[in-house]
Amino acid sequence: MADEKKRGWLGRLREGLARTASNLTGGITAIFTKKKLDDETLENLEELLIAADLGVGAASAVTKRLASTRYNKEISAEEVKEALAEEVTKILAPVALPLIIDASRKPHVVLVTGVNGTGKTTTIGKLAHRLRQQGHSVMMAAGDTFRAAAIEQLQVWGERAGVPVVSGAVGADAAGLAFEALQRAKADSIDVLLIDTAGRLQNKANLMAELTKIVRVVQKLDPTAPHDTLLVLDATTGQNAHSQVDLFRQAANITGLVMTKLDGTARGGVMVALAERTKLPIHMVGVGESIDDLQPFDALSFARSLAGLADETVS
Amino acid sequence: MFESLQDKLGGVFSRLTRRGALKESDVAEAMREVRVALLEADVALPVVRDFVRKVQEQAVGTEVLRGINPAQQVIKIVHDELVAMLGSEQEPINLRANPPVPVLMVGLQGSGKTTTSAKLALKLTNKENKKVLLASLDVYRPAAQEQLRVLGEQAGVKVLPVIPGQMPVDIAKRAMQAGALQGYDVVILDTAGRLAIDEALMAEVVAVKAAVNPAEILLVVDSLTGQDAVNTGKIFKDRVGITGIALTRVDGDARGGAALSMRAVTGCPIKLLGVGEKIDALDDFHPARVASRILGMGDVVSLVEKAAATIEKEDAEKLEQKMLKGQFDLDDLAKQFRQMRKMGGMDGLMALLPGVGKVKKQMAESNINDQMLARQEAIILSMTRKERRKPDVLNGSRRRRIAAGAGVQVQDVNRLLKQFQQMAQVMKKMGKLQKKGAMSPQALRNLIPPQGYGR
Ligand SMILES: Nc1nc2c(ncn2[C@@H]2O[C@H](COP(=O)(O)OP(=O)(O)OP(=O)(O)O)[C@@H](O)[C@H]2O)c(=O)[nH]1
Ligand SMILES: Nc1nc2c(ncn2[C@@H]2O[C@H](COP(=O)(O)OP(=O)(O)OP(=O)(O)O)[C@@H](O)[C@H]2O)c(=O)[nH]1
Ligand SMILES: [Mg+2]
Ligand SMILES: [Mg+2]
Repeated sequence: MADEKKRGWLGRLREGLARTASNLTGGITAIFTKKKLDDETLENLEELLIAADLGVGAASAVTKRLASTRYNKEISAEEVKEALAEEVTKILAPVALPLIIDASRKPHVVLVTGVNGTGKTTTIGKLAHRLRQQGHSVMMAAGDTFRAAAIEQLQVWGERAGVPVVSGAVGADAAGLAFEALQRAKADSIDVLLIDTAGRLQNKANLMAELTKIVRVVQKLDPTAPHDTLLVLDATTGQNAHSQVDLFRQAANITGLVMTKLDGTARGGVMVALAERTKLPIHMVGVGESIDDLQPFDALSFARSLAGLADETVS
Repeated sequence: MFESLQDKLGGVFSRLTRRGALKESDVAEAMREVRVALLEADVALPVVRDFVRKVQEQAVGTEVLRGINPAQQVIKIVHDELVAMLGSEQEPINLRANPPVPVLMVGLQGSGKTTTSAKLALKLTNKENKKVLLASLDVYRPAAQEQLRVLGEQAGVKVLPVIPGQMPVDIAKRAMQAGALQGYDVVILDTAGRLAIDEALMAEVVAVKAAVNPAEILLVVDSLTGQDAVNTGKIFKDRVGITGIALTRVDGDARGGAALSMRAVTGCPIKLLGVGEKIDALDDFHPARVASRILGMGDVVSLVEKAAATIEKEDAEKLEQKMLKGQFDLDDLAKQFRQMRKMGGMDGLMALLPGVGKVKKQMAESNINDQMLARQEAIILSMTRKERRKPDVLNGSRRRRIAAGAGVQVQDVNRLLKQFQQMAQVMKKMGKLQKKGAMSPQALRNLIPPQGYGR
């Protein structure tokens, strides 16, 4: 947990991803020790991708693409990894986009959404810290007025990041709180306002309507807000991520994705399918519970790490 | 949960049903679709593989019962495998230990441990009349202890006061002491979220376990989990020795893969379902109900069960008729042997006829096997038609001829004939027993002479 070691962010990301990918690549290595890329081998490869949560469709698409150029050729484990990383990078590169803050908006409003327990509050804490490091003034809104101690949790992150937290009473209207926070941020000429929201399952219409209401109310003060609406996905989540993206988009016009918990055994392969299908930008990944365990999403290193290759692109 | 998986499987099976006669390739095709449906529902790959293999094996080895179509038979097999995968009994929280009974909650970050701890406390208090103490061992996540305090307050359940700076193992010991001193029945220990590969934190939870010896260690798992269920389930099982699963966010629209995988991967029963954020949103898990819900084919399943029961009864009745009329001859016996072979030998037959399982051991002990059946049949086939109808005519020379023809010893022929006579007697006895056919355990035992059949 408390990760004292100060490593470069890439080092940490690589370490996290390498761990998540070790099973996958172990499998690949076992399958290909310089042999023909035949049907059986491809089938095994497809299953390995399925086991990484790519989903049946994306896994077979990636496999087919591999087959289209290399079928029946002698191919080594290393070459398969390279080819796999290449295919995955092609899919992810177009959506690996940073979160761009326009501080002139005063504030640039970022609404953070997602199902329960994915890491919204933690991500906001980390993001506040990073934005502060970049020289922005930041304010956070404790928009989760429902869950026990959600406000206290964000307040702790506020202290850690050195950022003020606007909060209301437990059970208060979340939209009202967001409105109030935006007023305060405007008055204080804050660069970025990060709004936390309660976790909600996407199939709960009333809770999704509440989210829509937050957006509507915020727009009364600033019709261009929220400038970014992030959906936080948990890397352990499987194919349900598709439904999460679709329904949160409907309710709150999601503009970008964040994936957390990539430091665990889950591989987050559903991102590949999501990138292909929705083209939504993937801004950041969470790789731990400490304040600087938030990293920009980098397609090449994600893909290479997923394929079990050492990252040689950045030092 | 499960609705969408049900739709998918329903589609596969209704296409299968429309086929009528089924080729092996039809079954294979359907199982390919089942595989995809299960994978799209996030059932873990090794679990899916295993499931498909088992169903396919059975579908090929099983003769279709009269009165139902092959697709229905396949559906029944899928249903039975689902039940096997989920476990058939509802399993309660284990509180069989000296009070205060420690219950330990573990799992990944954000899976729902704290919420489920409070829900379980409320449930045990209200439904089982237990005096419950909650304690938070989460000294890491911001406001985690405060969260449990608030939830305990909502549930009206006591929460162990926090001593700042105290570490998890010590908190656990203190909770148990407080529980013992203050007469609590159950102490529920909430822990911090931890990754399966976080060695330090896994060691910590193992130390907590050693300190309090929990009666129940529940792995709290998000039902939205994908393929990682394999890693997490396996490592927590191996490392911590979990005893049960609590599935959360079952109120979501996940297709239920985690539910199917978790039991298969860990071998531990699913004991609780979290079905909402509110403190009372906790259900028991009923595996059989869930299996029917996943398949949505309850009518087909009961139809097949009925058909199997009918066949058992009809066959028994037919045989009974013959016996009562004293018409059972060696031809009938040969027919029986042939039928047994056609039905996939002794094992196939046993699998097909419910309720015969008990006899299986006896038969094995008595050297009844497929080879033996074939030999018996060969002996009968070496007889003339007349000999088969009227075994009385079989004198010494006829017996020698038959033995030579069947490639056996004369003693084997003698033994068979003796068995036949015994059977005739048995049948007379059975005639008196109502509705009990040749395949009833009793009757089968009577068919077996004490010394067993010849080799
Ligand atoms: N290992 C790891 N844990 C994380 C990461 N991000 C968040 N967590 C942990 O996940 C748990 C849930 O995080 P929260 O930030 O409370 O999640 P949330 O989405 O705000 O939850 P709700 O508000 O209850 O819906 C906490 O224990 C966090 O420490 C990550 O990138 N890696
Ligand atoms: N809809 C729904 N939400 C749930 C359920 N169980 C828990 N939650 C929510 O999931 C989020 C995380 O729950 P927690 O109990 O804090 O999870 P945890 O495992 O203790 O998290 P950490 O201590 O950070 O590892 C909260 O927002 C809960 O309200 C459930 O069954 N259904
Ligand atoms: Mg939160
Ligand atoms: Mg907790």
